Amino acid sequence: MTTHAADTTPMGFGSMRRKEDARFLRGKGRYLDDIVLPGMLHAAILRSPHAHARIVSVDTSAAEAHPKVTAVITGETLTGLGLAWMPTLSHDVQAVLATDKVRFQGQEVAFVVAEDRYAARDALALIEVEYEPLPAVVDATRALDPDAPVIRDDLHKTDNHIFDWEAGDAAATDEVFATADVVAECDLLYPRCHPAPMETCGSIASMDPVSGKLTVYTTTQAPHAHRTVYALVAGIPEHKIQVIAPDIGGGFGNKVGIYPGYVCAVVGSIVTGRPVKWVEDRSENLMSTSFARDYHMHGEIAATKDGTLLGVRVKVLADHGAFNNTAQPSKMPAGLFHVFSGSYDLKAAHCAVTGVYTDKCPGGVAYACSFRITEAVYLIERLVDVLARDQGWDPAELRMRNLVRPEQFPYRTALGWEYDSGNYPQTLRKALDLAGYAELRREQAERRARGELMGIGVSFFTEAVGAGPRKHMDILGLGMADGAELRVHPTGKAVLRLSCMTQGQGHQTTFAQIVAEELGISPDDIEVVQGDTDQTPFGLGTYGSRSTPVSGAATAMVARKVRERARIVASAMLEVAPSDLEFAKGRFHVKGDPAASATMAEIAMAAHSDLELPEGVEGHLDATCVYNPPNLTYPCGAYVCVVDVDPGTGQVAVRRFVAVDDCGVRINPMIVEGQIHGGLADGIGMALMEVLAFDADGNHLGASFMDYLLPTALECPSWELGETVTPSPHHPIGAKGVGESATVGSPPAVVNAVLDAIGVRDADMPLTPAQVWRSMQGRPLRTDVAVT
Amino acid sequence: MQVPAQFEYERATSVDHAVALLQRYGPESRLLAGGHSLIPMMKLRIANPETLIDINGLDELGTIRLDRDEHGAQLCLGALVRHAELLASAVAGEHFPMFHDAERVIADPVVRNRGTIGGSLCQADPNEDLSAVFTALRAVAVVQGPDGRRLVPVREFHVGPYQTVVEDSEILVEVRVPVRPGGGSAYTKVERRAGDWAVAAAGAALWLDGGRVAEVGLGLTAVGADRFGAPRAEEFLRGAPATEESFAEAGRIAAEHCRPVADQRGPEDYKRHLAGELTVRSLRRAAARARGLEA
Repeated sequence: MTTHAADTTPMGFGSMRRKEDARFLRGKGRYLDDIVLPGMLHAAILRSPHAHARIVSVDTSAAEAHPKVTAVITGETLTGLGLAWMPTLSHDVQAVLATDKVRFQGQEVAFVVAEDRYAARDALALIEVEYEPLPAVVDATRALDPDAPVIRDDLHKTDNHIFDWEAGDAAATDEVFATADVVAECDLLYPRCHPAPMETCGSIASMDPVSGKLTVYTTTQAPHAHRTVYALVAGIPEHKIQVIAPDIGGGFGNKVGIYPGYVCAVVGSIVTGRPVKWVEDRSENLMSTSFARDYHMHGEIAATKDGTLLGVRVKVLADHGAFNNTAQPSKMPAGLFHVFSGSYDLKAAHCAVTGVYTDKCPGGVAYACSFRITEAVYLIERLVDVLARDQGWDPAELRMRNLVRPEQFPYRTALGWEYDSGNYPQTLRKALDLAGYAELRREQAERRARGELMGIGVSFFTEAVGAGPRKHMDILGLGMADGAELRVHPTGKAVLRLSCMTQGQGHQTTFAQIVAEELGISPDDIEVVQGDTDQTPFGLGTYGSRSTPVSGAATAMVARKVRERARIVASAMLEVAPSDLEFAKGRFHVKGDPAASATMAEIAMAAHSDLELPEGVEGHLDATCVYNPPNLTYPCGAYVCVVDVDPGTGQVAVRRFVAVDDCGVRINPMIVEGQIHGGLADGIGMALMEVLAFDADGNHLGASFMDYLLPTALECPSWELGETVTPSPHHPIGAKGVGESATVGSPPAVVNAVLDAIGVRDADMPLTPAQVWRSMQGRPLRTDVAVT
Repeated sequence: MQVPAQFEYERATSVDHAVALLQRYGPESRLLAGGHSLIPMMKLRIANPETLIDINGLDELGTIRLDRDEHGAQLCLGALVRHAELLASAVAGEHFPMFHDAERVIADPVVRNRGTIGGSLCQADPNEDLSAVFTALRAVAVVQGPDGRRLVPVREFHVGPYQTVVEDSEILVEVRVPVRPGGGSAYTKVERRAGDWAVAAAGAALWLDGGRVAEVGLGLTAVGADRFGAPRAEEFLRGAPATEESFAEAGRIAAEHCRPVADQRGPEDYKRHLAGELTVRSLRRAAARARGLEA
């Protein structure tokens, strides 16, 4: 089932075409690289060819002599400005330009500013850097070996350990395992992958030498957080910084943090007195910006002999790269990974996570992962399948039997989360029915008898999105709330200003529809403004599927504030008490007298007229709101994947994919389905082809789209979607967010299907033809290192 | 955005003009055909030619025609024939369906619209598909230089990875494929994803005489086969019964004599396995086509 938009615009929720698409589809989007400022210079970054090396010397004289070069900035330059290092989002520091050592291949070493892009790139070849190569730490499982080279001597560390972190009750979990009838365990790697947005990252910094105001155009999912960080890092007063996110060509978590190139562009503009544009190329994006995942997990699951799940225990080795710069709530070094008990009613669960440094690019939380829930869902959904296989149980039945039951909501998990709502068995049943699960199993048996390899994979996920209550979740001390400001103009047209930032999700449409639903103003008459910190209220931005749960709530709340203000104005117009008015279909009318009414447009005009208003009421229809969510929202979904595997070559064809999502109330079902389509394609990509591997010297083996494969339409079946709707009880409009659901939920369904087809218990992603063939031979590849 | 280093640009107006330009600019000049290998290499600064000589205007190199003379017929493909044109060519598909098998899985439509068959051969990438196809078909390359034209069998065209017999001041102008009745051909490729280079691929052209193999040509891609060939497997097959058993043995021989190298597309043992498996599959399909059992 796919929902198509009608030609008419709904006065509220419902499928409608995206307001932003008229400009995107005509090639009229305005992205960072489309912006040209008067006198603008262009920059390029010299990067390290080594994964680990001491910098002996940097000679920039030849580059500086290039006729078109205006400035060459090195780590030494930045040291003089106190900017050689910047704080990360995870209590660490990261080199802006390397001073002492380089710690991953592709690390930033020098920054050249020139009259044009070609000259900047040419001048990189004129910089002479002498390196003294050091042995690299590439294999995370060896990072804590006593003889491992120490990466972070800048921190005076004596090993590569970052943190140990635990969640859950270890003793209670051990007890459950000690008394369980059956236990299954499994090693699982969620390999390092990359969000790879279509638009790479970049920035234009323009320091006005007269006003002292810094304007930064940049590819950011969180413009307000960026502004505050610039103020903290560069010491520029925050009111003198304007961050502007133009149209963003995809983010997926890749555009949350601040990259060295952004800081260098600011320095470049200060040094030259002219605007400086820096835009990375594809290889730079893949080599140096936030990767995702890289979790080495050992999971165990305990159950009774009749198939009741009891507990899960997991140890994680987390590869954070050379600097700990994961973007996640401050108090949670493993993000929200500890939702790994998933959708099941367990007695106990425990995890122990150890973070380590390696000579690889920093990052970890990105690619639509909801702060590590991708890893959590992969863990539990693979473990359930491994257990089912070991015991000869049907994996769908095992799930159905152990799902949290509807009457248990709000449900407190063994790890302390309070799931808000859901009807998990209904959602799973719907997916199995849509897929024709029993019939598929019959077909599979017939095909197996003929030597054909067909596989069926099931996954059930619970997401936790909409971070978060400020008291639990912050980034660098900034609580994870979002603002909204709504102005209704005298003619009844409106402007909504948001702190979040669309990267292609359709915010201009969805958020206009929320206002429309609340006020009865057509979405076509509502302008949605985002991305410019001078024009929008403060808030933490768009990532972790938080826009609808947080900014969407802020929007509904601010619209309701305007509605109550409109009620007072209407009461003056209609000469009745406010409590005698009812609101319906975009107008207030007197109770019992529908003819005595005023539309929102009439009320807006009256609010600015000579109408006499009650004492103390100001004449306008404007309001602001900050929404601090009381809890996360918990979308869920059940996915069924059907694959065929070529026994002679190991090639996988995804034949069908059924996805039933419950994201609460759907504001624009067409956009929701579009989000799900994209996430399912992501899932096929991660399961079958995407990986950032490194060779023994730390060379990056995925630095182009010839090496880092993204799925195409040819790898995707025609998606079969379904829905259940369980509104969130604490969200003003019952919506839960959906942006990352499919990315979180689909990889285990694909992997479960492939392994089901080839009759193999476990093998790591990506399941390339070589990996499938090797797994069939009982010799699976290790996918995070060079294939040998 | 990746940007190339500075270079000079010349546009050739005839083959003779192109040869003259090659002579004038010397070994640091490169011909620009479809540009879908050369320009990405220039943007990555792996290739830094001083001069590009653009031959895209040489329409005389863009034709596909069937020539008949006293020695028989041959399919003549101009060096500037685009992949998409070969894919769309009925006459090429009618005589050698393996052209269409291969072209369907070469890169993507954008690359196929620009990339040329001559560029593919001259790039001499060991993972490139058409070199194996022309090897299987025993095609002949026509190379033009200051002293006129010379004919080079494709099986002698490649000197090594990224190296051919084409001299600095020469141009590949045409590829000729002898046409013989009673044959069938097929090309089979395993890729990690649509548009990727081959993990491995194999092509087979087969002519039957009753139940026996009268003549056979094999080509292997991306498995370290010497000049894309599998001559020992061909020798075994020639005169052998055209049966599953023969094909399996030919596949075994082909796999044994290639030298695949592990990379992120797959380990050595897998590629060797594919060399055999795909040889068998291509032979099977080529035989079915020769017998008129399959289109």
